[in-house]
Order: sequence, then structure tokens, then C-alpha cells
Amino acid sequence: MLAIDNLHVTVDGADILKGLTLAVPAGEVHAIMGPNGAGKSTLSYALTGREGYEASKGSVMLDGVDLLIMSPEARAAKGVFLSFQYPLEIPGVPTMTFLKAALNAQAKARGDADVSATEILKRVRARAQELRISPEMLKRPLNVGFSGGEKKRMEILQMMVLQPRLAILDETDSGLDIDALRIVADGVNALRSPDRAMLVITHYQRLLDYIAPDKVHVLVAGRIVDTGGPELALALEKDGYDKYLAAA
Amino acid sequence: MAKEGIDIATVDAVRGLESEKYTAGFSTDIEQEFAPKGLNEDTVRFISAKKEEPQWLLDWRLDAFARWKTMIEPTWAMVRYPQIDYQDATYYAAPKNAAKYKSLDEVDPEILETYKKLGIPLREQETLLGVEGAPRVAVDAVFDSVSVLTTFKKELAAVGVIFCSISEAVREHPELVRKYLGTVVPTTDNFFATLNSAIFSDGSFVYVPPGVRCPMELSTYFRMNAQGSGQFERTLIIVDKGAYVSYLEGCTAPMRDENQLHAAVVELVAMEDAEIKYSTVQNWWPGDCDGKGGVYNFVTKRGDCRGARSKISWTQVETGSAITWKYPSCILRGDHSSGEFYSIAITNGRQQADTGTKMIHLGRNTKSRIISKGISAGRAQNTYRGLVSIHPKAANARNFTQCDSLLIGDRCGAHTSPYVEARNASAKLEHEATTTKLSQDQLFYMRQRGIPEEEAVALLVNGFVRDVLQQLPMEFAVEAQKLVAVSLEGSVG
Repeated sequence: MLAIDNLHVTVDGADILKGLTLAVPAGEVHAIMGPNGAGKSTLSYALTGREGYEASKGSVMLDGVDLLIMSPEARAAKGVFLSFQYPLEIPGVPTMTFLKAALNAQAKARGDADVSATEILKRVRARAQELRISPEMLKRPLNVGFSGGEKKRMEILQMMVLQPRLAILDETDSGLDIDALRIVADGVNALRSPDRAMLVITHYQRLLDYIAPDKVHVLVAGRIVDTGGPELALALEKDGYDKYLAAA
Repeated sequence: MAKEGIDIATVDAVRGLESEKYTAGFSTDIEQEFAPKGLNEDTVRFISAKKEEPQWLLDWRLDAFARWKTMIEPTWAMVRYPQIDYQDATYYAAPKNAAKYKSLDEVDPEILETYKKLGIPLREQETLLGVEGAPRVAVDAVFDSVSVLTTFKKELAAVGVIFCSISEAVREHPELVRKYLGTVVPTTDNFFATLNSAIFSDGSFVYVPPGVRCPMELSTYFRMNAQGSGQFERTLIIVDKGAYVSYLEGCTAPMRDENQLHAAVVELVAMEDAEIKYSTVQNWWPGDCDGKGGVYNFVTKRGDCRGARSKISWTQVETGSAITWKYPSCILRGDHSSGEFYSIAITNGRQQADTGTKMIHLGRNTKSRIISKGISAGRAQNTYRGLVSIHPKAANARNFTQCDSLLIGDRCGAHTSPYVEARNASAKLEHEATTTKLSQDQLFYMRQRGIPEEEAVALLVNGFVRDVLQQLPMEFAVEAQKLVAVSLEGSVG
């Protein structure tokens, strides 16, 4: 479903991704692990179309469609979702209003009818409850004054409501205590589906205790240098990235 | 109106930006009757004679002019503009034979065409044209300097409300004009107000008799038209004991190369238990992207809560003008009187706005509330300047002030200068202020969720100004919403 081929990305004049190749079939959850500076966040921005993270070479196809020529919002409408490592505060825009705007903008881009306000309310409330987000929080401007853990739960809530085809989770575990981690992981697991691919980007093995990946890829110096099953994550936790770094 | 409706209106307006640009940028070719260029005693006499004014008013003007010659243009505001040559402007321009229209059919079609092109006063146009089912908003249209159209006069007259041009009021109700003119903003008040007193051309006059709730919202569209002619409106609104009025003022101006000077004076008088709600949407030509052209707007607006329990509320949406210098104020003279100021000031491009309010607490148990939302984009500078003054006799005065600034991009500026003077220890004053920066990161975050950029800006800006927009009368809210969006054109990126 997602096919990244020989992707090169230069950021501020530095080559960050240097020929990254990766395929994630529908229904699978893949983890990408790597040391600081390996290009993990660059990959998430390149996939979502952030300015300054354009590909200089290579291709990214989602369901056979070239993502790289699309605007960020068009990619979102195509089903690409990024759970941000550092979610932004959106002052003055209540979470419910924000989600409604996002859902309807995506529906419009796909040529679908608007989702009714009642339907949105129903969907959001049910999911919020699962994530232990209070109705009060939904009325507040998105992420404004929220704790790190609350922001991450809001990311998962948005993902659940938007039902993406491809979900990218960038360091979702960072800044979470163990309880919050469990809630977030439950949310992610609930979204596993034969129609959906997930890319879990993480520095640590911790999150993978809760979200069992189908495959683990090791990203070092802008390339995938190793691929294996869940056991690879455990090995990395024990031995670190030294052997890969030495080879790179 | 549902908030949702407002949001959609803004989004639609933002979408229309590319094709729309500044639709008010055109000039109508109508025969003008100009005062000779320049400013001296003869100019004052010319204007007064044109308007067939009584001697007392001419003397009043001349007195103001003599005073003005001794005054110095203020420089304390955070605005920079080239020296104004007051001798290089025309101070009076009127459509010929303006007073002779008996019905709309007789109005110069070009005038009606102008309203059409403006696009903004759609409902007003219908009202002007007498379309069935059109909202009942009385419009006193100031086309350049002389009122040419006044509607609904009869219906208003039935309840005793006087709504006419100030020239007409001078003729028809001289006792009222003479009693109240200059009692809120005296001829000596400030450089621009004094200038206005000497040479004001026209404006609106409202009188609401005791106990009358004005049956409709009164609306005036000001529109500057003559090349090089500054405009100097004078508005006087008197609301007698226990009466109420809501007054709407909206304006657009045609594009031009030279700067247009505008120095209006608005005086409000609220007697015992009276209430005045004054709303403004201001969309004058802000100048081109390099800051050339554009209106210089030096306005003095002041309300006098003269009677006990009276209330004056100012709501303004300021999106236009190259320079804005404006501080709608309340003198809280009557015991238990209250003043409110709700403001959205948007500056983009090279616009400069220095705006705020003064709440002067004189009476006991007086209350005031200030909510100011400043938005800066492009290379604009936006200053909130406010004064809350509690006088020694104003026991138990209360004020709440909230000043929020939103910065779009990193080349603009927001400044806040709140002054507080409390000379009575029983005063309770609260002040809150925030500054928010709308970043590319936030926009990317919203786009990643599927929300296109212009819609993202509209959502953020709407959220920011919502509490002030809600203060506007229904008829104005959508228009204001549209203006908010249009004026932020090109602010991103």
C-alpha cells in the first residue's frame, strides 16, 4: 500500500534521507527505529509534505498514487495522518470545531458529502471516552495549555476520528507516563485494520511492548539498514545502534 | 446567527480573495462642486455659506478655526506618515443639486451604481431600493459630503425619532444642535477634532426622545469619493431619558494614489437610563502593498453617559486605512453608568493602527469593560492605547480590560500601552493581556489534518475575534466576518 523507493531528502542543505526504501502493506504495523539524527522525523515530514522537506530523488506511492506532488492537505484527504512528536497549540479553535473542519475539508476534497454535526459529535465523544478525554477538554481550544500527555492523546483522538489510510506516529511515546502510554497504545491497537497501514517511529522499544509491530526497520544515516521481526527491537534495546553506526 | 454560519462566510470570503482583491477601488465620475483648494477663514465661510448656516454656527466654526491655527499636530501615537500639507487639499465637495432628490428614481444612476459596485451594503441597497422584505435598516447615505438619501424617515418620525443629516438638523432642529454640539468633544479638544469643528462638511444627526426604543437599527454608509478631498463628518447622537438606539456605521473608499485625510468627530449623549450601541465597520483603502496611498483616519469619538444608569457601547471592526488614530471613549458621568469598548483592529501590508479607548470614571458605581483584539500581518504595526481613569469621586468604580494581540508572520508588530489612573481607593481594576503568534508550524499542522491554508487562517482568526464579533448586530456580523478575511489577504507565507 505504501511504497517508498530510493527517497532522498535534503534539509537546509544537509542530506538527511539518502536512498530510503520501504514498503508497508495494508493491514500491517511497521516500526522504524533509529538513533537521534538518523532522519526519523524528516521521513514523517517528507511523507506529509512539510515545506522544506521536499524529495530531491525517489518516489513515495500510496495506493499507486504519487504523494510527492500533492499538497499537505491533499495528502491528508488521501488518508495520510501524522501524529506529531510535538503537537501544536491551536488558540481560539475548540477541538470539536477543529475536527469538524478537518473532517469536512477532507470530505470535500474527496468529493464526499459533509459529515453531519450530530454524527461528528457522536463519533468524537465515543472515542474521547476511550482515551479518557473529558467532554470539557473538547470544548477548549485544541492543545492550548494541555500537558504533553494530553496532547498525545488528542493526536490519537484525531487519528481515530479521521480514520486515515496511512497513520504515521512520530515518537508518540515521548513524554508519556506509563498509564498514558497504555491508553495511547490501546487507541492505536484499536485502529489496526486490514485497510490501514501504520508506521510507528520511535527511539525506544518501550512503545513496542504495547503495540506489537509486524516488522521493525532500523533507520541509520538516512537509510534502512536492517529489517526484522519484533525481536529486532528487543535486540536494539539491549545492544543499541553502535554496530549500525560503525558500518555507516 | 450560528457561529458556524460566520465561519462559513469567512471561509467563502477567503476563497474569493484571488478574484476579489479590493473591489471598492474605483472612482465615480459625478459632477462635483468643490471648495477652493486650501484652508483659511474663507474656506470656513465658503462651507458655512454653501450650507446656508445660521450666524451662530459660522461663529462657532470660525472660533474653532482660530483655535486650530494655534495648535500642533500630535505626534505621540505610534504611527509614521509624511507631513500633511493642509493647504494642499480641498475641504468641501458635494454632488450638485444634492438636496433636490425626491425619490430614488431621481438619484444619479452613478450613485446607485457605486453602491452596487461596493458589494458590501447589499441589504442596504435593497432597503434603499425599497425591495419588499428587505431588512428595515434606515440608511442615511453620505455620498461624499452631503447626505443625498434618507429612508424610513416617516416611520421614525411617527415615534419621534429624528434621523437626518446634520446640515438638515441645523435647519430643522437648531435648538437641539445648538444645545448639544461640541458638548462632548469641545472645539478645543484636540488638533483633529478642532479642525473638524471648523470645516465639517456633513454627517448624521440622531435624536431619540424620552422612553422611545428606536424601532430599527440606524445605519450610515460613509464613502469618500472626490479626488483629493478630505472628509470631515460630524455625527451627533442624543438619546434622551430611558431611550435606546443602535447605530451602525460602515465605510469603504475608492482607491487612489494620494493620501486622503479623514478627521471625523462623533459625539454621543446618553441621558438617564438611556442606552446607545454604536457599531463601526471600517474598510477604507489601506494603500497598496508598498503602503502608497491609503486613507489617513484621525477620528475623535466620544460618548457622554450624562445621566444615571446610562450605557454606551462602542464596537468597532477596523480593517482599513493606511493610518488609524482612533480612541472611542466614554465619559462615565452619571452614577451607575457603564461604558463598553469592543474592538477588532486588523492591520496588514504597511498599515499602521494606533487605537484603543478611554474610560473616564467620574460618577459613583460606574463600570467599564474593554475587549481589544489586535491582528497584525505583513509589515503592519498595531498599537492598543487605552486609558482607564478613576476620578476621586468615582467610588466603587470597576473596570475589566482584556487586550489580545495576534501576530501573523514575523515582520509585523503589536504594541500595548494601557494607562491606568486610579484616584479612588475603592476602585477595582482588572487587566489581562495575551500575545499569540500564528506560525507556519501551526498552519502546517492544520493542513496535515486536511484543512487548506486559507481556511486554517480563517479558523484561527475567527477564533481570535469571536467574542467581539458577537457584539455586532446581526446585519453587520457577516459583513465584518467577510472583511476580517479579506483584509488578511496575502498575510500568510
